[in-house]
Formats: sequence, structure tokens, C-alpha cells
Amino acid sequence: MSPDSNRTFFLDGQEIPFREGQSVFDAAMSAGVFIPHLCHNPDYEPHSSCRLCTVIVNGRPFASCTQPAVAGQMVQSDTAELRAMRRTLTQMLFVEGNHYCPSCEKSGSCKLQATAYHLGLQDNHYPQFFPRRELDASHADIILDRDRCILCGLCVRISRDVDRKNVFAMTGRGIHTVIVVDSASGLLKDSRVTVEDEAVQHCPVGAILIKGKAFEVPIGERVYDKEPIAAASVRRFQAREALTHG
Amino acid sequence: MASRVKVATCSLAGCFGCHMSFLDIDERLLDLLELIEFDRSPINDIKTIEGIVDFGFVEGGLCNAENVHLLKHFREHCRVLVSVGECAITGGIPSMRNHHTLKECLYETYIRGVGVENAHIPDDAELPLLLDKVYPLHAVVRVDHYLPGCPPSADAFWHFLTELIAGRDPNLPLQLLRYD
Repeated sequence: MSPDSNRTFFLDGQEIPFREGQSVFDAAMSAGVFIPHLCHNPDYEPHSSCRLCTVIVNGRPFASCTQPAVAGQMVQSDTAELRAMRRTLTQMLFVEGNHYCPSCEKSGSCKLQATAYHLGLQDNHYPQFFPRRELDASHADIILDRDRCILCGLCVRISRDVDRKNVFAMTGRGIHTVIVVDSASGLLKDSRVTVEDEAVQHCPVGAILIKGKAFEVPIGERVYDKEPIAAASVRRFQAREALTHG
Repeated sequence: MASRVKVATCSLAGCFGCHMSFLDIDERLLDLLELIEFDRSPINDIKTIEGIVDFGFVEGGLCNAENVHLLKHFREHCRVLVSVGECAITGGIPSMRNHHTLKECLYETYIRGVGVENAHIPDDAELPLLLDKVYPLHAVVRVDHYLPGCPPSADAFWHFLTELIAGRDPNLPLQLLRYD
């Protein structure tokens, strides 16, 4: 893509080219600028619910994953205020759930953990909630550990829009929100879910896992052992862009 | 030699893994001992801190009244208190018992447990009272700095300590920041 002065905006002072219809997030990532995000997976439609990718556009906060890029707009992302906000949001996600990194098989490949590393979190600041949440290990091949769920809704969206099964949904409000399963018993074993479903393959944390794969990858070779999340996400995004837009 | 920095350490509801990892700084311990002097610590078996020390490193979370007592002793006697490791910072693995009531935990261990004979819940007055849940340190006292990891690597300990002694904020660089 050749930069076109009619199709650029400024991100933290850097001129960023974009294609018509691209979001601020997509244009930034294409240009190699990482914006922290958790509920968004660039392979699927954005949802703008985690607010981690919030940027300031012409003085007002917007979720960059759903904010259309517009020529000439002034965007701020890497500022002390936004870094502090992202740290706070991430700390709140940690204390609201039960995230035992040392015993979690997703550790090292977890986007929540890797994002916390990126943000330099050395503590959770807030009191731990220690919520009691139901574990669903009923299915032969899939486990749903609600302790680790950050309610990004990605499984709900993928199961509905891509797998077309509506296996997952969210119920309850506020701190009582939980992921529920579409089956008479409410258990995964009685639902239509299978390991082939994309919805069970893209959980950013260790809430939905395929059984029998725990600790397959040794420490030191896990996704974010090899490369911090900023570099890994940008590289993956740019490879995907090269495939779809040459 | 300039006066050395006084350091106290203890392990509460943890596994001593953080202390072991600290010792993994190996020969750098000799350099460190030029800079610091141990006060109360399992390393020298001194049981209480007399006076005030510069840095207190506390490993492990809080699972019983004795843990709380010792943590408060550290807070009162340490100018700078550091929460070391996953258990101290979040409650860690011991806090997995928070999924269950204390009664359920005691029954599972001492009444219904596999191979239990003469089943009864221990009630010796010498035993410290268990807390309803396992808590991180900052739930009870003010904590000045956090050194994460399970355990923090020897390099993380070294970086953290040397930064602290140099009077800087002990922020871990990306490659030393780990929660597992």
C-alpha cells in the first residue's frame, strides 16, 4: 500500500497511512504500531468491549478497534494517561477472576498475562475478589474454566457468527456476568460444541481449553516466551494483511 | 566499607521457592554481601527483628493468624516492605482453597481424606488459627514494592535488589517480568 497524503492520520505524531474503511487499530497495526487489546482478535469482527485499545481521537476517547480511520485526525495512544488506564483495566481483570498463572496451562501463551507483561504490571493493586465460579469439565475434549474468563465474548461471537452454533452466551449483569452453555443441562457435554469449533480455539486466556494438550509446549518455547505480545501481534497482523491485501 | 543495607526475609504461606531462587544468584551472593547484611531471616535463623531494617522481603501469602502477626512485625520494623512472589502478591496456589469454605477444606483433609485414621480436626492450642481465606499481603499491610514470579528468577532478584539498593524504583524489564 503506498502512502497517500489524503489517506493518512497522525498517531502519537507518526503519520499512518490507511485504506478506506480501515479502523484506527488496523491501520496502526499495519504500520507496525502495537495497540494493546484483549477482546479483539483481528481475525474476527471487532467488539470494542474491553476498552484496552482506547485511544484519544481529536481529544476524545474511542475504542480504536471500531473507530474508523479518517484523514488528518490526531490520535494519541502511547501516553502516560492511556498507559495508566490500560494498567488499571488489566489489574481489575486479574482481581475479578481467579488467575493462578503458575498452575495454568495457558501460561506463556495467554494474552492477558502477556498484555500485563507489556504494561509492566508487577502487582494487581486492588483487593482480590476470589469469586467462586463453576468449572465445566464435563466434555470429553473441552474444558470451560470460568475462573480464567475475562468475558471478552470472543467465544460467544465466533460460535454465533462463524461456527453458527450459538454454543456460548453471557448471562447476568455486572460482576455477576458469566459464560453459559446452550444445552438443557447447561453442560458442555450436552451441547453441540466440538474441538473443531473455532470458538474453542481462540480463547485469549485459559478459560476454554482443549483437553490433553496441557504443557505440550515446554517453558521457554511458548508463544510469548519467544516474543513479547507487541512484536508477536504486529508480526501476525502484518502477515495476515500481506495475504489478504498483498 | 560503607555501612551495609540491612535486609530481613521471611516465608509465610509459601513454599520457600522464592528463597531458593534468591540463593540461585550463586556467586553474586558474595558481591551482595558487600552491600547487604542479613537481619531476621531463615538464612541465618534469627527469629525477630531488633530495631529497624532497611528492606523486608516477604514470601508467601496469609493463611493463618501467625502469618498476619509476622507480617505486621515486618511492617513495623522494615522501612521498605517488598511482596515477593505470586503467593505474596495474589495469594497464589494456597489461595486455591478460597474456592471452598474452611470447613470443607478441614473435613476433606482430616475427616473424609483417604487413609485417615482416628479422624478429627486438629485443635491443639499451639496451632495458629486458620484464616477464612488465603490473602495477599497488601490486603493487610501497606506494601511498597512487588517482585512477581513463581518464583522470581535469580536474575530478577539480582536486578530488583541492586536497583533498590541504588535508590531507584525496582521496575523489572520485560525479559525478567514473569508470573509463572
